[in-house]
Amino acid sequence: MSHCVVGGGASGGRIWNEKKGRARVKDTADSYVTADGRTIGGVVMEMKNITLRFGGVVAIQDISFDIREGEIRAIIGPNGAGKSSMLNVISGFYTPSEGEVWYKGTRRPQMKPYEVARQGIARTFQNIALFEGMSVLDNVMCGRLTHMKPSILSQMLWKGKAEHEEVANREMAERVIDFLEIQHIRKTPVARLPYGLKKRVELARALAAEPTILLLDEPMAGMNVEEKEDMSRFILDVNDEFGTTIALIEHDMGVVMDLSDRVVVMDYGKKIGDGPPDEVRNNQDVIDAYLGVAHD
Amino acid sequence: MIYREAGDFSSTYVQDSQTFPIKFDRYRYYLVLAVAFLVVPFVINDYWANAILLPFLIYAIAAIGLNILTGYCGQVSLGTGGFMAVGAYACYKLMTAFPDVNIFFHVILSGLITAGVGVLFGLPSLRIKGFYLAVATLAAQFFLVWLFNRVPWFYNYSASGQISAPERTLFGVEVTGPNTEAWATYLFCLVFLTGSAIIARNLTRGTLGRTWMAIRDMDIAAEIIGVNPLRAKLTAFAISSFFVGISGALFFAVYLGAVEVGEAFGIQKSFLVLFMVIIGGLGSIFGSFAGAAFLVLLPVVLKVVGADMFGWPTDIVAHLQLLIVGGLIITFLILEPHGLAQLWRVAKEKLRLWPFPH
Repeated sequence: MSHCVVGGGASGGRIWNEKKGRARVKDTADSYVTADGRTIGGVVMEMKNITLRFGGVVAIQDISFDIREGEIRAIIGPNGAGKSSMLNVISGFYTPSEGEVWYKGTRRPQMKPYEVARQGIARTFQNIALFEGMSVLDNVMCGRLTHMKPSILSQMLWKGKAEHEEVANREMAERVIDFLEIQHIRKTPVARLPYGLKKRVELARALAAEPTILLLDEPMAGMNVEEKEDMSRFILDVNDEFGTTIALIEHDMGVVMDLSDRVVVMDYGKKIGDGPPDEVRNNQDVIDAYLGVAHD
Repeated sequence: MIYREAGDFSSTYVQDSQTFPIKFDRYRYYLVLAVAFLVVPFVINDYWANAILLPFLIYAIAAIGLNILTGYCGQVSLGTGGFMAVGAYACYKLMTAFPDVNIFFHVILSGLITAGVGVLFGLPSLRIKGFYLAVATLAAQFFLVWLFNRVPWFYNYSASGQISAPERTLFGVEVTGPNTEAWATYLFCLVFLTGSAIIARNLTRGTLGRTWMAIRDMDIAAEIIGVNPLRAKLTAFAISSFFVGISGALFFAVYLGAVEVGEAFGIQKSFLVLFMVIIGGLGSIFGSFAGAAFLVLLPVVLKVVGADMFGWPTDIVAHLQLLIVGGLIITFLILEPHGLAQLWRVAKEKLRLWPFPH
């Protein structure tokens, strides 16, 4: 019970080998069980009094919240509320002007984005950031780069570690490709794909890294209802099967309320609400922010 | 009919990720290798070696080098001539300082030295991109040529300021110096080209190649999936310069024999190799071959057709060549940025369905 992952060990092991497993997090708080029977673990990431300034502009003002292991955490808010900035702080693009980021129970020092990635945080972008010159497979294999460390000599000769790692990681990449149902476009150059599929490939690339936390920046932006349903299904499945903790930004309220376990609401860089969807929905500040009541 | 992949199935990931997954391609590759190694050396003569084959082999190595940097990693470089000069002068200094060591190792060592110099001049790439980086590498080009002109130590204080390759042998056969045989120099360069191509292919299809292409396609996204941009760019500069250095060493020691740096490794050389890469195909090893072959053959063909067949004056033929190359660069940049290699790819895709395209 203590550090149980969503969906339990058995379903998690269906995709990833149990022994390789995800790094389990030490309990920093008690776990709880959701209405649909999933167990949410302890806090894996905690933002403590984050403030982010760009010159005179305060993008984020003294915001604290936590992300628990195995949950789907949404960050919502009107345009310009600072949601994306918050995601950029988590993924290491921005260094907060004040405040601390705690990850897996330790304070995270100032880090480059690639170091954050190697710690197990993967993300997707609002406007797709795929590698257009490469095939879908190569893009997904790029997600495995943090797991591959062959020497240059072995790569030159394509012998030893280079070849073994290529095959081993290809297997993992193929599992993700299978999971997201993009087998048929495996060898297609990404530039030729339609928007909806690109979004899915980007999710595949992030997922291939076997992240502890997956950050999704507007995964449904620009999609039709069908594609949104597909994407919602994939997000839930990822959470369910891989046990991945997910933090997402989304504008479609229906989707957010349906998917997420807990929601942070931001407005003008401040946190105005935090809690389960039902609680947030009835929060007067949140209603004001969305309906446009004058701020004082 | 001509080109079929029906019935070619990969059942393992090893099979699927090999260089030529299609059987037909694989056999053709073996055939080309066999002809290059077993047939050409017996029919080669001095004219073919010096006018076509040696320049082709050596420029192809340089083009592979530049293609890694520009085509795969997206870092535009105009310093190729300068880096070739580093390879040439490194080779000269090594040959004269250690006459007992085999020339084969000298060439490889020259590549390694050039790799070091390449990393040094690659450092600005961490801060500047695109055109600005091109200008920074242009500085490298002029600085290096100036250095080899001005510091007498590099040309062993010779009165002419030139460097000339002493006679060296490999397995008792002379490969440098004035008394070489065409087949020996050809085979010597061919070995290096084959090695370079295989190594470049292995690097670009694996981890390192993906790192480079990730940086090329979108550096921010590359960083977010765990690519260290410093490492990616500097490895690209190092490995690119390694090949360029080898080609410079061969260009000096095996092909020209005597070199005046400004003439042999000037800015024109940088542009020539860059044009090869653009016309041949950015981001393709085959493209490096195609581009080198095209730009080496073009003046020869023009001379044969224009001067010998139609009797045009040679200066007109030479100017015609400039016009054609310029026109082709513009055409390729607009119509087919991926060059001859892409045309070849498209042709293959068409051939797959031929003669029933629907």
